[in-house]
Amino acid sequence: MPSVIIDNIEAVPGLIQRLYTISERHLLDGILSSIDNSVMRTKRQLITIYKLVALISENLLCRQTVKRPPIKIQGQRRAFSITSPLNQELRPPTEKDEELSVDALGRPTKKTNLYTAINQAMDIALATDPKALLFGEDVAFGGVFRCSTGLREKHGADRVFNTPLCEQGIAGFAIGVAAQGHTAIAEIQFADYIFPAFDQIVNEAAKYRYRSGNQFDVGGLTFRAPYGAVGHGGLYHSQSPEAYFCHTPGLKVVVPRSPVQAKGLLLASIRDPNPVIFLEPKWLYRSSIEEVPIEDYEIPLGEAEVIRNGEHVTIVGWGAQLLVLEQAIQMAEEKLGITCELIDMKTLLPLDIDTVVKSVKKTGKLLISHEAPKTGGLAGEIACAVQERAFLHLEAPIKRVTGYDTPFPLVFERFYFPDALKNYEAIKELIEY
Amino acid sequence: MMGLRSLRTIQTIQPRRSFATAAEPQKVAEKAKKKDKFTIGKDGTITVEFGVNPFRGHKLEPPPAVATTTKEELLNFFKQMTLWRRVEVAADNLYKAKQIRGFLHLYNGQEAIVAGYESVLNKDDHVITAYRCHANFMGRGGTPFEVISELTGKATGCASGKGGSMHMYKRDTNFHGGNGIVGAQVPIGAGAAFGLKYNGKPNVCIAMYGDGAANQGQNFEAFNMAALWKLPVIFVCENNKYGMGTSAERAAANTEYFTRGDAVPGLKIDAMNVLSVKSGFAFAKEWALTKGPILVEAETYRYMGHSMSDPGLAYRTRDEVAAIRAERDPIDKVKLYLLENQLATEEELKEHEKEIKRTVDEAVKKAADAPLPEAKELYTDIYTDMPYYVRHTNIEDSLVVEK
Repeated sequence: MPSVIIDNIEAVPGLIQRLYTISERHLLDGILSSIDNSVMRTKRQLITIYKLVALISENLLCRQTVKRPPIKIQGQRRAFSITSPLNQELRPPTEKDEELSVDALGRPTKKTNLYTAINQAMDIALATDPKALLFGEDVAFGGVFRCSTGLREKHGADRVFNTPLCEQGIAGFAIGVAAQGHTAIAEIQFADYIFPAFDQIVNEAAKYRYRSGNQFDVGGLTFRAPYGAVGHGGLYHSQSPEAYFCHTPGLKVVVPRSPVQAKGLLLASIRDPNPVIFLEPKWLYRSSIEEVPIEDYEIPLGEAEVIRNGEHVTIVGWGAQLLVLEQAIQMAEEKLGITCELIDMKTLLPLDIDTVVKSVKKTGKLLISHEAPKTGGLAGEIACAVQERAFLHLEAPIKRVTGYDTPFPLVFERFYFPDALKNYEAIKELIEY
Repeated sequence: MMGLRSLRTIQTIQPRRSFATAAEPQKVAEKAKKKDKFTIGKDGTITVEFGVNPFRGHKLEPPPAVATTTKEELLNFFKQMTLWRRVEVAADNLYKAKQIRGFLHLYNGQEAIVAGYESVLNKDDHVITAYRCHANFMGRGGTPFEVISELTGKATGCASGKGGSMHMYKRDTNFHGGNGIVGAQVPIGAGAAFGLKYNGKPNVCIAMYGDGAANQGQNFEAFNMAALWKLPVIFVCENNKYGMGTSAERAAANTEYFTRGDAVPGLKIDAMNVLSVKSGFAFAKEWALTKGPILVEAETYRYMGHSMSDPGLAYRTRDEVAAIRAERDPIDKVKLYLLENQLATEEELKEHEKEIKRTVDEAVKKAADAPLPEAKELYTDIYTDMPYYVRHTNIEDSLVVEK
């Protein structure tokens, strides 16, 4: 395959434009692999790269004349075929990758993206727990997002296996296995597909322990599902269904923001003796890269984290939305000369409201942001819980910056999305109130 | 839930005779003439050749129309089924006396299914069923006292009073309940069977559902997975002829439920006779252990309404129910076997009935005196590490701050 060596990221858009017009599909492939192999990994560059690959894949999707090479997905279905570069094989590790670093706690780390961090967590879970099983649609082949790559080969086809395309059946099956004392890790391919399984999760998994007076439980059960916007997912590959499950006592709901968090939180979720819904920000699968500890570690559930200290406004989010909020904060701090306190909720059920209240008592102002629609969203719950406990500390009405009360739009995604500008504007309004 | 639904569905539907025996009494009489043939061996083993073949197969050769039993087993069947019916009668009365609140679904008429499969299973096998679960629970070793306590919401109930009629569980004998959502237990049963197979256990899981639930989509998801992975599961469709207030014919385009597993072979059993149920399940267990899933249609009849809010006569005639009771009652059938073959006397059986009535009356009395669950039971068993965490309940003000 002819390839293009890219040594200047700025030159790429022009190049793409040119290749696009002459339909040189194979060269586009070359660019993709070059980007993958490039060592340009600053945050800004990552965003540029992400936009680039989104652009390429969008162009390819639009052009019927361009033939995609076959992708190794069996039983492909739904209106959206997964041709995003998110789906490509991980590049082979280079020598540079093999150099280990050490994190603040002195743990050896390695540069890892989010889906690989998830892969490592499941690898560790399967290796350390002989009762652990991993299953779902296409997981034996690595899953559509490559999260389970290599796990069947390593842990055996009896422990890592494909299911038919039937989410309700998968969930019921998972509950039955977990009730037998197994650690069941069930993948729902997209969080949007979790709704056929809603009854099983809400009525069976969440209530198993309670209704049997603690004779049976499905504590070993973890549902993993990729959630959220991805740039072009449309109605059924972009939703954030966390609020539905947060309305269900008996479940825990967890959303990680980065590879380090994903690995630690997923291991904690798998080992938690309660059923957990673990929502993975699919936007970040490839684009979020961090130094991730190689060892087995857990990050406790039910604890929010202040990831940035500030004085003037408290900002609450989770998952991929935190990157957006970081951008908004940067803008606000530059333009308004203020400091913001950013909190990652991490676990959405049960909510660690103490951490938020403590911060709001300091700043007097609160902004909550999520991708899901506003009405009935979790921001409302947090806002209410905070005003119950810190009413007299509030100096402005609590702000919610969320998706609109519409289905997740396809062409209007950028319009729908609670992006950095919308958040910046809300911060500004809070400050000027 | 179920009760409300039944209220809605019991409209002014014209009574319809859907049960063959009720519609054609002559045929029933003819059938009755074809008597079962009893042979009692020297060692006490009884062989019964059925006059009418109780089996039909789908994608399998059904077992021969024969059953073996003993005098002791027949007597045990009689005692078990009488006890279970007595408990249901007591529950009926307690409900009418407003001692049981909420939903109550009774098993009267269907007892031979549980008695039959329990004679084949051991306690390491698993059972999961829907909300009509009292007899299944007692079949797995539960006591009438635990049932009545649970029904009346007492701490001594089999789920500490937290489940009620629809949620009876027994951990030590692998009874998974007791599920309130129509059909939801079927894939769970497939998952449990996977666990058995994965751990190399020589056991099966029985996953039961009714003819009403047979039209739920998730059954077919479970059938498919079970067939794909050859899971040791016996799917049991208890065809009691009515899904709530709608007869099978009105609800299903194909009422041959034993054929509806597609790739899963099926066996239809006359489940009004405990001996044919026993033979059928012996065959089914062997099949599940060696070949994979099997779908058993247990043809039975429900004497009572769907739930207590359904008198059970808006969609069928009194005559229909009376005819089945008279001709095919599973307890009477065993009684007849015992009496006709001089294995027991009328007096002996009466004595057993009296004894059983005493047991149940005592259980009712004991349950009435039993304590209510402690207030903290509202909070416990939701999460392991946060026993008192409930959304929107102010823990600080609650009675049970122990943290």
